[in-house]
Amino acid sequence: MDSADLNALWLTLKLASIVTALLLLIGTPIAWWLARTQSAWKGAVGAIVALPLVLPPTVLGFYLLLAMGPHGPLGRFTEWLGIGLLPFTFPGLVIASVFYSLPFVVQPIQNAFEAIGERPLEVAATLRASPWDTFWSVAVPLARPGFLSGAILGFAHTVGEFGIVLMIGGNIPDKTRVVSVLIYDHVEAMEYPQAHWLSGGMVIFSFVVLLALYTFNPARRREG
Amino acid sequence: MKRLGYLLLALFALPSADAGEVQVAVAANFTGPMQVLATLFERDSGHQLKLSYGATGKFYAQIKNGAPFEVLLAADDQTPARLLAEGSGVAGSNFIYAIGKLVLWSSDPQRVDGSGEILKKDGFRHVAIANPKTAPYGRAAIETMSKMGVAERLAPRLVQGENIAQTHQFIATGAAELGFVAYSQVIKNGRIGAGSGWLIPPHFYSPIRQEALLLARGKNNAAASELLAYLKSAKAQAVIESFGYALP
Amino acid sequence: MSSDIRARFRVERQRFTLDIDLALPGAGVTALFGPSGSGKTTCLRAIAGLERAAGGYLAIGENVWQDATRGHFLPTHRRPIGYVFQEASLFSHLSVRANMEFGQKRAAPAVPRFSLPEIAEMLAISGLLDRHPEQLSGGERQRVAIARALLGAPQILLMDEPLAALDLKRKLEILPYLERLRGELSLPIIYVSHAPDEVARLADHLVLLDAGKVVASGSLNSVLARIDLPAVFADDAGVVIATRIAAHEAHQLTRLEFPGGAIFVSRHQQPPGTPIRCRIHARDVSLALHPPQHSSILNSVAAQVVDLAPTATPGHLLIKLDVAGTPLLARITQRSAENLGIRPGLALHAQIKAVALLA
Repeated sequence: MDSADLNALWLTLKLASIVTALLLLIGTPIAWWLARTQSAWKGAVGAIVALPLVLPPTVLGFYLLLAMGPHGPLGRFTEWLGIGLLPFTFPGLVIASVFYSLPFVVQPIQNAFEAIGERPLEVAATLRASPWDTFWSVAVPLARPGFLSGAILGFAHTVGEFGIVLMIGGNIPDKTRVVSVLIYDHVEAMEYPQAHWLSGGMVIFSFVVLLALYTFNPARRREG
Repeated sequence: MKRLGYLLLALFALPSADAGEVQVAVAANFTGPMQVLATLFERDSGHQLKLSYGATGKFYAQIKNGAPFEVLLAADDQTPARLLAEGSGVAGSNFIYAIGKLVLWSSDPQRVDGSGEILKKDGFRHVAIANPKTAPYGRAAIETMSKMGVAERLAPRLVQGENIAQTHQFIATGAAELGFVAYSQVIKNGRIGAGSGWLIPPHFYSPIRQEALLLARGKNNAAASELLAYLKSAKAQAVIESFGYALP
Repeated sequence: MSSDIRARFRVERQRFTLDIDLALPGAGVTALFGPSGSGKTTCLRAIAGLERAAGGYLAIGENVWQDATRGHFLPTHRRPIGYVFQEASLFSHLSVRANMEFGQKRAAPAVPRFSLPEIAEMLAISGLLDRHPEQLSGGERQRVAIARALLGAPQILLMDEPLAALDLKRKLEILPYLERLRGELSLPIIYVSHAPDEVARLADHLVLLDAGKVVASGSLNSVLARIDLPAVFADDAGVVIATRIAAHEAHQLTRLEFPGGAIFVSRHQQPPGTPIRCRIHARDVSLALHPPQHSSILNSVAAQVVDLAPTATPGHLLIKLDVAGTPLLARITQRSAENLGIRPGLALHAQIKAVALLA
């Protein structure tokens, strides 16, 4: 592995960590709302969140490129803010990845919230816990396995994402050239040994992540 | 309209009794002309073409691992040479079926002047090129910038598409203000269609020779040889030129 | 704390409307009793604020918790209640101790409270504090849930069929603790149940609900002794009398005393002075105009006829009696009633063939 490979690895881990943190921050209220609401919008919002599961990443990437470009709404907004355009930048990659990995974080957390049911929240209310208090002291701890799954899946999925990064990254070393793109480059350039190194690393990484997921995620405790 | 007519014809034409079938791997940049050529060829010969479009490097890996392609229309001349050297191609069957032309292009009609002076000025943030490591048009773009003496200055502004299709998207969406793409991507009625462009003179970069090759699997398929011969016909060459390629 | 409770709710559900207006005593155990689907639980949840009742009014003593006319609604977490659900619903991520402390930590600081060790002692769960809920039996879990509710320093304890999810053995294991609660805490308890034995044993006040409406509300015996209602407890009409063990006597008998007299029952283990509730079915009471002299029936008390009414069975009457202030019901045939000339005000003797001890 040369320094370009190491840089790409570092960049990938940085991207995945930031994206995972943001996803937990954004995904938790969305998951909570989806798990609890009886609004007519629930179906629509749930479907939008799940879109990246079915859309080819290149489609999503293309639309994000359009949206973030100088003629797109997001692009105009960022230019108005004075921070320039997002394509070909690391923040742009972060935002795109957040979109793309959103369902992988929202859905496990939403399922965990739904599995809690109404009762523990009612119990907490009868014990003088405010809704905010209940959320932190009851809902979140009980949904811990969902948070763990969501975080691990979000991280792993960001590490493995390729199509979107390709579409809006521009393959710039140290900025947007992540491992998956580099592997593709190596394969395209017929540099198979390097490709093997990185691909093997990805396989091992993914395995370790999933192993951790299955090992440390205990079966849900029986309702007390 | 003419193309549509051909397509309709192909749809209704009945395959003849001795119809053969050819599996063809086609470089992605040649997608447009190949669709027209295939319709013509199938009508004239009665053979069926099974076409796959994609990156030449990917085809190489697939062919080496047993993909059932019989003919390769590559985006370069190195991949066919390598396949020949490794015994995956039929010796002597390779020839240049098209020569790619490079264009500096922007979706903004005012931006690119007729001699590429824009590259020496400021006023843009990104220049899009295809990945020079894997795409011949990317390599040609780098050569052009070196020749103009702007390679070093522009290096921090370069963004790479994995192939020229993606590079074209970067520019078409405005995410990159300008960039180097294939003339075949922006040609319309014999000239640059939307936006503004500079058709780069051939002496700025080494030729983008796109070679065809009869693969070992297609050695005994008469239809495959017929297709290769057809690509050299005047009729086919007229189509290829109309899509913005040069001929040897 | 012994101020009254006033509750007026109207809760509309798809197939059912709860429409009640209740005045309940601010002390003792009030049982909300009725068949399933009668609205007991909905009523309890409305008191807790878990159901939002349109046009509702709820005051616990001086404190108005909800008043639709003023747009006032105190959310559940601001109501000083203790709520025990049918299933214990302990927090599975917390230990027994942390479960109990959950409400204690959040209780209003000014309210005098019981200490955790005291409550744990009273409910015999001191040894379980460091366990996790899934390590407890059903009965233990329910006791922890009760302890948790009490530690929140409630002004009122709401219990929604706390024993319904338990088998008979666990039920018998918990009932004594509930009796202790009634005896030792000066805390009004509203207890939802559809089990006659639990109500007979625990309730001081009884509210009968049917199809979302209040059928009767009053002290336990005044409701049980009403003869204008269908039998409150499905098995049969009858009353519950509060007695006290007076003495253990010869022939393996124990004498129980109550304000209207004394009755003998089979020898009981508890020491004299222990309060015991007895249930006396109307079908087990027969009437005689003179004190029976040649009868195998042991228990006979002087009584006065208050009222009489027909029963669901043709040819039978339900007679309401007064035994020096304690009501008693008797079920006899119409023919006997005519033979004896039963009429309100008549003094006679009630012979009690069987007594069910509720302990």
